[in-house]
Amino acid sequence: MPNKEQKAQKPFNIATAYRKYGIIIILIILFTVSAIINRNFLKPQNLINILKQISVVTIIACGETMLIVSGMIDLSAGLICTTSMVFSAGLLAATGNVLLSMLLGIAIGVVSGWLNGFMITHYKLQPFIATMATTYVAKGLVQLYTNGKAVSGVEKIRFLGQGSIGFVPVPVIIMIACVAIVGIVMKYTKLGVAIYSIGGNEKAAIASGINVNKMKRIIFMLNGALVGLAGLVLMARLMSGQPSVGEGYEFDAITAVVVGGTSFLGGIGTVFGTLIGSIIVGLINNILNLLHISTQYQLIVKGLLIAGAVIVDVKTKEDKKSK
Amino acid sequence: MKNDVVVELKDIRKEFPGVVALDRVNMKIKAGRVHALVGENGAGKSTLMKILSGSYGQYEGQIILDGEVTFFRSEKDALNKGIAIVSQELNYAPELTITEHVFLGREITDRFGFLRKKEMIRKTKEFLSYMNLDYDPETPMKKLSVAQRQMIEILKAISRNGRIIIMDEPTSALTSVETEIFFDKVKQLKENGIAFVFITHRLEEVFAIGDDYTVLRDGHHVGSGLISEVTMDDLITKMVGRDIEDIYPPLPGHKQDIVLECRNLYSEGVFSDISFYVREGEILGFAGMMGAGRSEIARAVFGMDKLDKGTILINNKEHKIKSIQDAMKLGMAMVMEDRAAYGFVGVRSIRDNVVLPNSNLYIKNGFIQKKKVADDVNKLIERLSIKAPGMETLVGTLSGGNQQKVVLGKWLVRNPKILILDEPTRGIDVGAKQEIYQLIIQLAKSGMAILLISSEMSEVISMSHRIMVIADGRVAGELKKEEATQDKIMRMIMEEGAKNA
Repeated sequence: MPNKEQKAQKPFNIATAYRKYGIIIILIILFTVSAIINRNFLKPQNLINILKQISVVTIIACGETMLIVSGMIDLSAGLICTTSMVFSAGLLAATGNVLLSMLLGIAIGVVSGWLNGFMITHYKLQPFIATMATTYVAKGLVQLYTNGKAVSGVEKIRFLGQGSIGFVPVPVIIMIACVAIVGIVMKYTKLGVAIYSIGGNEKAAIASGINVNKMKRIIFMLNGALVGLAGLVLMARLMSGQPSVGEGYEFDAITAVVVGGTSFLGGIGTVFGTLIGSIIVGLINNILNLLHISTQYQLIVKGLLIAGAVIVDVKTKEDKKSK
Repeated sequence: MKNDVVVELKDIRKEFPGVVALDRVNMKIKAGRVHALVGENGAGKSTLMKILSGSYGQYEGQIILDGEVTFFRSEKDALNKGIAIVSQELNYAPELTITEHVFLGREITDRFGFLRKKEMIRKTKEFLSYMNLDYDPETPMKKLSVAQRQMIEILKAISRNGRIIIMDEPTSALTSVETEIFFDKVKQLKENGIAFVFITHRLEEVFAIGDDYTVLRDGHHVGSGLISEVTMDDLITKMVGRDIEDIYPPLPGHKQDIVLECRNLYSEGVFSDISFYVREGEILGFAGMMGAGRSEIARAVFGMDKLDKGTILINNKEHKIKSIQDAMKLGMAMVMEDRAAYGFVGVRSIRDNVVLPNSNLYIKNGFIQKKKVADDVNKLIERLSIKAPGMETLVGTLSGGNQQKVVLGKWLVRNPKILILDEPTRGIDVGAKQEIYQLIIQLAKSGMAILLISSEMSEVISMSHRIMVIADGRVAGELKKEEATQDKIMRMIMEEGAKNA
């Protein structure tokens, strides 16, 4: 009980309040404005579509959230997603075995995650550089394998991308499951403790007995599994393995993470915030589409959104310091 | 010129939202003198100096510079009028040379905008010889020691016509020898009429170098005067606002069972031949200079640094400690020297910091038991009287003393058998120090074997049952509490130095 009283005494702080509730308020405002300016917006089909469209990027963003909170980043996520998509599409087309192809897709993600983690922990490469290197290798492999042509014959996996349970599409269910799992991992497990402490102060984490290198590799492998899964969902949504789709998804994912309130300085952020961030981006794209505003403008809006989110991040930090 | 008041702070009042940081504070700074500004953390010392150096423009009261009321628009403005601040943490680009650093931002150029390097080097040389420093002006900053960088920082201030130099904890990162050299320089410079304001936690230093003092407590001005007319006890009483007979509580007795024993520890180029033991409930002090290898020995025992040779026994059983995880499993805990770097995660809450080394204790079926964590953390906050709004408060926003309590607390949750404390009271105020001493005594009473590393002589002498003197990575001698004096310790350090020279 005394605790509650103490909390009430805490002075109201706009910066902290924004970090906690700001994006939800922005989401509600955006939602209301969109509903007012376009009557098609509120149609259930449209709302479900928004969630379906953001599903693949959000799954990737779940992994990026863990990485960015722990002070790292994965630039290879987009192309690993493509790699997983085309190779498992190939396997599916050749064998017709959905389970086997799904295992391959996820395995590709995990292995490349391990590789990224190994370069970063063993050779002390910067995550930025290590994952950029992985990106080129993955891109080369995709080109070699597909010759730039789509891999078809993957109808058997249709359910993963086109199916739905009740009125909720399967990709959306997978997305929500990923958010929930990563959310629980970050909040309630040893790995979560490591993620926040490594990002907040790596030396202190080491001095507190956290096996930082091992944890970094696990984070990258878990991220890889998510990226591989995203590749499978993407394949099922496109009903083929597309060698030119997926590139740049890492930046869309990072956008969702940043808009969702995760600090690039590490140690702060939640995957729930990332989900909201992703929905905000999806919502803006959707309303601009409904208003027939061209993609060029959508890009500009996205850029402004990222800059705005980072400015808020920096400002909230300043407020804390000057206290 | 000398002894004239160069700047006077009159009835300075400063409010932050919700708090009065300074309330009608007065201070007279005189040319050619060192003015010690003392007070506990949060007393308002830094705020006052930020006002004097132009960082805070909004305040009530007056700054009277050379007899005229002045207002500084910015730090640069204050600097132009001769007031420079040398802050606690020095900012410098490691690759810049001394000359480049000194002229940073006001490089001398010819009319085409090209740098006139020779002229800048010549001028830097002049200043170096003015300060009796024999550094090469083209040495990169990264090659200088912390003490040397402090000197350059002062040189920079003087080169900008600094007449009043504010030094915020300048000696916190210096060894005793470096501190002495540093004080010699300050004494030389004050002969030339430069006024110094000296903020420090180390009261011995106030007496070593100060001429005048001003004491602040909770933003109030509680006293000013001549250092020669006060005793250390007077100052402490003024700072804390209550009488302190003795900062150090009496030590309880200890048992005879040896808990930790180290034999012939060796780490190439760092330390060698280190043997010591700590008994149940005993506090073993490691005295010596900074850089003597004390922290390195402790870190190696704790599994953080590599140990090349040596035997470690815990409860008479030999153990190989290869990692911190190993050490923790054997019941060890260590509060590291550099609190901000190794002690806590500033952007996370008290709760998260307590969980950090203890997730194993709170995990059930793979999940952290939030309820159990909350109970423990609340108990800890109460037990250590950590001053914070609640367990969700970010550790980075706490005062130094409370941060240290969190660091100690996160280890105490584990009930360690062996506790290593490396400079546990550095940079924290007298009040919090006393609380930490009380806690150490309590822990020793409960049977913990404690290794206390401290550069503060009075601390290590008063708080240890036995003292090992470490110098140049070797054991220079051992003293019982009853026979230990600062002189004896210093002599042991010197003798060890002479042996190895």
